Amino acid sequence: MSKPIVATTSLAGCFGCHMSFLDIDERILDLIELVEFNKSPIDDIKTFTKKCDIGIIEGGVCNSENVHILKEFRKNCKILISLGECAIMGGLPAVRNNNAPISECLEEAYLNCVSVQANDEKIIPNDDELPMILDKVYPCHEIVKIDYHLPGCAPRADLIWNALEALVTGNEMDLPYEVIKFD
Amino acid sequence: MGNKKSPRSNPKRKNGQCSCNREFVKNVLEKYNNDPTRLMDVLIDVQEEYGCISDEAVDVIAKTINYSVAQVEQTLSFYHFLSQKATGKYAVYLNDNVVSEMMGREEIADVFEKEVGSKFGNVSKDGKIGLFNTSCIGMNDQEPSAIINKRIFTKLTKEKVKKIVDGMKNGLDVEDLPGTDVKSNILKQGPILIKDSVLGDAIKKTVQMKPDEVIEEIKQSNLRGRGGAGFPTAMKWRFCRDAQGEKHYVFCNADEGEPGTFKDRIILTERSQLLFAGMTIAGYAIGAEEGILYLRYEYKYMKEQLEQVLNNLRKQGLLGKDVAGEKGFNFDIRIQFGGGAYVCGEESALLESAEGKRGEPRDRPPFPVVKGYHQQPTAVNNVETLCAVAKVMHNGAKWYRSLGTLDSTGSKLVSVSGDCAKPGVYEIEWGFTVNEVLELVGATDVQAVQVGGPSGKCIAPNEFNRKLAYEDLATGGSLIIFNNKRDLIEDVVLNFTNFFIEESCGSCVPCRAMTVQFKKKLEKILNGNGVKQDIEQMLSWEKVMQSNRCGLGQTAANPILSTINNFRELYDKKINKDKDFISDFDLKAAVAESCKTANRIPNIGGDNG
Repeated sequence: MSKPIVATTSLAGCFGCHMSFLDIDERILDLIELVEFNKSPIDDIKTFTKKCDIGIIEGGVCNSENVHILKEFRKNCKILISLGECAIMGGLPAVRNNNAPISECLEEAYLNCVSVQANDEKIIPNDDELPMILDKVYPCHEIVKIDYHLPGCAPRADLIWNALEALVTGNEMDLPYEVIKFD
Repeated sequence: MGNKKSPRSNPKRKNGQCSCNREFVKNVLEKYNNDPTRLMDVLIDVQEEYGCISDEAVDVIAKTINYSVAQVEQTLSFYHFLSQKATGKYAVYLNDNVVSEMMGREEIADVFEKEVGSKFGNVSKDGKIGLFNTSCIGMNDQEPSAIINKRIFTKLTKEKVKKIVDGMKNGLDVEDLPGTDVKSNILKQGPILIKDSVLGDAIKKTVQMKPDEVIEEIKQSNLRGRGGAGFPTAMKWRFCRDAQGEKHYVFCNADEGEPGTFKDRIILTERSQLLFAGMTIAGYAIGAEEGILYLRYEYKYMKEQLEQVLNNLRKQGLLGKDVAGEKGFNFDIRIQFGGGAYVCGEESALLESAEGKRGEPRDRPPFPVVKGYHQQPTAVNNVETLCAVAKVMHNGAKWYRSLGTLDSTGSKLVSVSGDCAKPGVYEIEWGFTVNEVLELVGATDVQAVQVGGPSGKCIAPNEFNRKLAYEDLATGGSLIIFNNKRDLIEDVVLNFTNFFIEESCGSCVPCRAMTVQFKKKLEKILNGNGVKQDIEQMLSWEKVMQSNRCGLGQTAANPILSTINNFRELYDKKINKDKDFISDFDLKAAVAESCKTANRIPNIGGDNG
């Protein structure tokens, strides 16, 4: 049997979950024995080159590009995992999900804020190459079906490791209290 | 104040602005001895005089009772009938509960809006008429109904509404507006409602016994609390009597807010002497000198009548000093009004409210029997329970035990409403089956019965042979009937869910936030975007709801959960069976505003939906 294929991405996140992933330390050597990576910052593959078994999503959904990538992941992966607070609940980026409309948010950021300088033309970035900003930050599972959620900010390396190991081996996941307690 | 005169007589009020006369507010405060724990009374009096509580009034109140403005405002902002914005010379509160909707509320609301010329939630431009929605006002047997400046208008029709609005436009007193007043609708009397005792007999009999003997008699009767939880009354009194404190208090919980319940309404208007006798007996048993009737604001129209009954009792020596001639037994009763909040039916929230605070439930233990009103031992009993107490003392525990079933002795007042020929109050012995009740009230083609209000259960015909009793189908006394023409999810469950969202005190996160999530799921299903996973998720959230502090929060998802459990096929019919996931997300809509702000044309390609 060929090795299961894993893809990962960071949407509206801080890459902290990926950093935590790397905290599995030397076990990464075991991991590459167990799985093959496809689209992921870990191997810098930019687009899917084949169908994957497991997709790991860090970060919530704040713009049109996030939506696009998330849907690509859903299309190309059998199992999708929301990794960390932002993917699961929007996290820190979702602080902008207050009652103020997105227009106010953009105007504050690019026009009105005291730290705004050198924007005499009063431009809110609008190049066609830029992703379009969504009205609010969405958790991944409101856009596509998510199969598993691994909580934490960032989730502990052991939690990520245990989850992947369980998925790959088919054994029940080892879920001791320590790996999901956060303070 | 006691001013019966409406519209309110303030020359300063104009064009919907909120103002007040400082002297008036000071006089109100003085009437309540500048006592901060009587803040509710103060706020209610000011509200009724001016149709709002202005910042100036808040300022006067805060300074006088030595509170911060925030302390006054946190109480003020909690209650539905207290307002910092002008509510108009006439404040119309139209009931929006499910039975009101079933009886044609929408049409009535339209006529109100058209005739008044403003929308619900607003006051007309001339500041005269405010239109507001309100939760169940205890008139389910005569819907649609509304409250206008304390007076209740029932069985509203388009023609009546037109006349009422005309009257308001012409500045008539509320008493002179054309409308139908409250009917009692007692359709079956039983041992509690039947008038078989001479006034004061039960009290006279009681004071000849020792308090411990009274508690023993109630214990022998096996009487359990009628508010819904069914706690043994004698045990509550025993705990309360044994608890140490400077003073003991008796409270009667008349905050009948569970939609569909109106049994207390008829006791309070038709049998209040019996209730007051019960409170007096409770006072004697637990060693209290003060009894407080906590009455929901919706029933403010009863005030004068109840005060009169209390005065008569005082005149006859059945309240006041040496009650019924018993030297040293002093007991009197006062009425404390709420301000419109369902959660105040929860006993610890009720006590908070009676102390002039926000009606948020307390952490328990300690229970009110140990630390209740002003942190003193307090027995809080339901209206119906206290009536039963008086009857037990009059006719004896043995008699009472002979009624009902072994575990549920006595009778139960049931408020029946919805799709039936004869809505009203029925007193039945415990042990009646749902089917027997349905026959009694003339209900046919029944799809479902909501037992015990939204916080209770919605049952299907296969359970109609169950008995109303603590050991089988426990109920606080409300049965709402839905026939087969109703869309149970859209017409009923959604309405109940909105009710819980509206009435959450906001203290516990699951009650405040999950109720909204439940509603979103429900709407997703109703919009045709539901999948099996949505139903399963809602079921899995039940556990989370159990972590709420009070019964309101714990049962806030019951309308959804009990219909999923008992009417699963209705949900299954509305969901997409061939898909395991559908998103509500609409990319085009989500990027519209940001693109407009940044002045660019949205380019969503094939990514929408």
